Amino acid sequence: METLFACCIGFLTACGVFLMLRGRTFPVVLGLTMLSYAVNLFLFSSGRLTLRGAAVLGTSEQYADPLPQALVLTAIVIGFAMTAFLVILAIRARADLGNDHVDGKLPESEMSKKESR
Amino acid sequence: MTLMWILLLPLLGTLVPLLAAKWNRSACALATALPPAIALMLVLLHTEQVLSGNTVRFFLSWIPLLGLDISIRLDGLAYLFSLLILGIGLLIILYARYYLSERDSMPRFYAYLMLFMTAMLGIVLSGNLLQLWMFWELTSISSFLLISFWWHKAEARRGARMALTVTGAGGLALLAAFLLIGQVVGSYDLDVVLASTDVIQQHSWYPILLVLFLLGCFTKSAQFPFHFWLPNAMAAPTPVSAYLHSATMVKAGIFLLARFYPALSGTELWFILVSLTGLATLLIGAYLALFKHDLKGLLAYSTISHLGLITLLFGMGTDLAAVAGVFHIINHATFKASLFMAAGIIDHESGSRDMRKLNGLWQFMPITATLAMVAAAAMAGVPLLNGFLSKEMFFAETLHQHLLGSLSWVIPVLATVAAIFSVAYSMRFIHDVFFNGQPKGLTKTPHEPPRYMRVPVEVLVALCILVGIFPAYLIGDLLHAASASVLGGAVPEYSLAIWHGFNLPLMMSILALAGGTLIYVNRKHLFDFQNTLPDVDTLNSFERSVKSLIARCDQFYQWLDNGSLQRYMVLVLLAFIVLAGVPLLELDTLWGGRDELPIDAVNATGAAMLLIAAFATVVWHRKRVVALLMISVVGLMVSIAFTRFSAPDLALTQLSVEVVTVILLMLALFFLPHKTPKQSEAPRVVRDISIASMVGVLVGSLSYALMTRPLSSISEFFLANAKTGGGGTNVVNVILVDFRGFDTMGEIAVLGIASLGIFKLLTRIPVFKPSSDGEGRPWATERHSLLLSTVSQSLLPLAIMVSVYIFFRGHNLPGGGFIAGLITAVAIILQYIAQGVDWVKERMNVEYQRVVAIGLLIALFTGVASWAFGKPFLTSWFDYFDIPLLGEIELASAIAFDLGVYITVVGSTLLILASLGKMTTSHRPVHKDTI
Repeated sequence: METLFACCIGFLTACGVFLMLRGRTFPVVLGLTMLSYAVNLFLFSSGRLTLRGAAVLGTSEQYADPLPQALVLTAIVIGFAMTAFLVILAIRARADLGNDHVDGKLPESEMSKKESR
Repeated sequence: MTLMWILLLPLLGTLVPLLAAKWNRSACALATALPPAIALMLVLLHTEQVLSGNTVRFFLSWIPLLGLDISIRLDGLAYLFSLLILGIGLLIILYARYYLSERDSMPRFYAYLMLFMTAMLGIVLSGNLLQLWMFWELTSISSFLLISFWWHKAEARRGARMALTVTGAGGLALLAAFLLIGQVVGSYDLDVVLASTDVIQQHSWYPILLVLFLLGCFTKSAQFPFHFWLPNAMAAPTPVSAYLHSATMVKAGIFLLARFYPALSGTELWFILVSLTGLATLLIGAYLALFKHDLKGLLAYSTISHLGLITLLFGMGTDLAAVAGVFHIINHATFKASLFMAAGIIDHESGSRDMRKLNGLWQFMPITATLAMVAAAAMAGVPLLNGFLSKEMFFAETLHQHLLGSLSWVIPVLATVAAIFSVAYSMRFIHDVFFNGQPKGLTKTPHEPPRYMRVPVEVLVALCILVGIFPAYLIGDLLHAASASVLGGAVPEYSLAIWHGFNLPLMMSILALAGGTLIYVNRKHLFDFQNTLPDVDTLNSFERSVKSLIARCDQFYQWLDNGSLQRYMVLVLLAFIVLAGVPLLELDTLWGGRDELPIDAVNATGAAMLLIAAFATVVWHRKRVVALLMISVVGLMVSIAFTRFSAPDLALTQLSVEVVTVILLMLALFFLPHKTPKQSEAPRVVRDISIASMVGVLVGSLSYALMTRPLSSISEFFLANAKTGGGGTNVVNVILVDFRGFDTMGEIAVLGIASLGIFKLLTRIPVFKPSSDGEGRPWATERHSLLLSTVSQSLLPLAIMVSVYIFFRGHNLPGGGFIAGLITAVAIILQYIAQGVDWVKERMNVEYQRVVAIGLLIALFTGVASWAFGKPFLTSWFDYFDIPLLGEIELASAIAFDLGVYITVVGSTLLILASLGKMTTSHRPVHKDTI
């Protein structure tokens, strides 16, 4: 199971990184969201995988590690806040700059394409 | 404490001329001279103690942990330098009174001068390396101010900049050297350092720290190849040149050589570096001085040459050479300062410093001419003057060294050659200026200076003669005490006498005098030869190289920081790959010995869906709505994963956040283009895929390595104490609101700040409202679906009830403030979607910023409340109550904290989503003052 879990984390990371390297804001937001899934799973996995062992006292013999869970819980909420901030920043940037490129300006190759049209 | 005042008085003295600016010039000068005069007396008070070989100390602990202390230390060497600094400083104050014209700001000049004096005294009196370094830098800065005193002249500004660049760079090297010494010795205290010779010299860092140390000394003391700044610093007013560039500041490097002589000298490396640098400087300076037509230029190169001589003496490594070095420091300071002042008088009273114009001044200013001639003779090393004595000692020492093995005979020969040139340029200074025909093309008729302007020169020249004739009587004790502190104890036998019989050094002196005369008489040929050599403009070439250095740094910076997020991201990721990859390469196996759980069908299906959805997101990322749908599947799968692996709280949180995120991104798509244009070229895609896969492989491997290793966690504590200490059975929630409550406090604060930032970003955003979607289809005009609004209305109380339930059970069962807050927020958002902003606003007119603030305050006050019971911040309390109908229930103060969390989450989420949603309506957030 751990192998599969690690593969999922690795794949999510790779997808997130690839999307974050794109040039437009929206894919970058998607990439960041994807990467935070991966990071949350990674942090969560540092408490090892446990089946049927929720950290509620009196419900089982073997409890899952509650500490990474508490950390990840706040990480999820803060991750949402950060994603939201990034999205709004992207909207604001598009409104102010007139394009949604992450650098705030279209690359020269595209500018010339536009002009030739 | 009197020692402290020696430093404090000149420092306070920087204010005196500024306060006395309104008085007349003489009164201002007098007032300025007062603090250094008192300081000089304080130094003299310690004469007996110091000359008998004692060291006077003053110590004030400042930051002992960093080795920073205020430590003042007066020994023989410091005493000698303090006398030079304060004594010559006083003469300079008097001289500058007459030198500066009405147009120059005298108070400003004096203030800079006093600042410099403080800095210089600080160097020589410091008993702590870091403190010494601070004063060292202060000399660079104050000398910059002094050189650029006539800031309206371009050459003054350029010269000052050059001096600051060179000496400042050297200062950084010196700092590095001091820090290394501090690391090696374990203390920055000078006494400890000087007593740790073996520790320093046997350490493997010794070569590095020595080179850095010497870089600092050589730049300051204008040693070859850093000598070029000194002639350019001659753009300064002459009192500055006399004070800084002959008597004191350029001696600071030499002082440091002497100061650290016991700790650093005596090794092969020291001999080679110091003596060869000194020798080269001695020769180059002496040779070039002859060809300078500017009086001050000649003196500047001569100073370089003499500094080289002293450096060479300290490099030779014999005790007697060090004594000779100290002696020459004194002698050079006296005759060179007086020569500079004489040059200043000539400049002042004849309007020129060009030796091609200045001729035959003897007839106009006989007294000044006599004084200058005596001083120049001392510089040339004529008997009965002080320069002769130290030069004799120098010659004698060159004969006793064995630095270059069988080639050691070269050094005395080269020393004689340098002395020949020294005689030649001294003769030029005398003959060319005061004799040799009539002045040519002077703008004014030269005359004697004001009476008191000559006094400083007279005093110094008198010292030259007196020391030259009665050396042992006048400065024998001082020299002995100073040499003792350089050598760290025993001083060898030496005799300070004019006559030592006919010996080799005397022969060398005679040879120098004769050879110098010969060269001067035949100078025309030498000048002709020199004129055929290309003229190097050091100032221009220096500035060019600085400029090109800056340009290259700029280029590199532009390349690195080109404003492209993609570029930064790639660099950061590459750094991650290296940093995370290298340790993994060193790891033998990834598997850490923990058995894996079996894979069941549900997990396998979930994982497959996750992978497919993630892949689909990437593939379709240019069709933004589709990508959004796909990524929400990923989020769903993640929350299912949390459920499977025993984290119900996480699953609930992830699920509700997922809903909010998707709504947010949908809303965002209204304002953003719906498709991403195809942009990346194929090579770029290949590059990004490689980087992404590498990062993915690394993170996956790391995670596998982590998961298969046995767990030893601090969580045992939380599991054991959750019920007894925190009063709850849901350990995750107890950690959040109790054990790690402070963290949670910070996290909800971040949430609040982010939402406020978003609110702020959306105010006054330029209006643009897309009228159609990405396909060109117009947005639907019908307002709200009847079905949805009916269902949502009936859903609201249900949802609120669920969230209250989740909130209250959170302490004992999965749930809590975060999750409940998100559920409430989603329920309200649903109303916005179903009914529109106006409808909600009519029924629930709340400013969400306030909600956020209230939530944060509740959390904060719960924490503060525990202070009232004498407990630390956020200590929780709980008890059991028997309430009719409900039975026994448990109430914990943590629930109030959780309420704060709940309200903050609701407020922040709604603030974010509602602000964005309102953008499409007339309720856009705007500044109140713009309405």
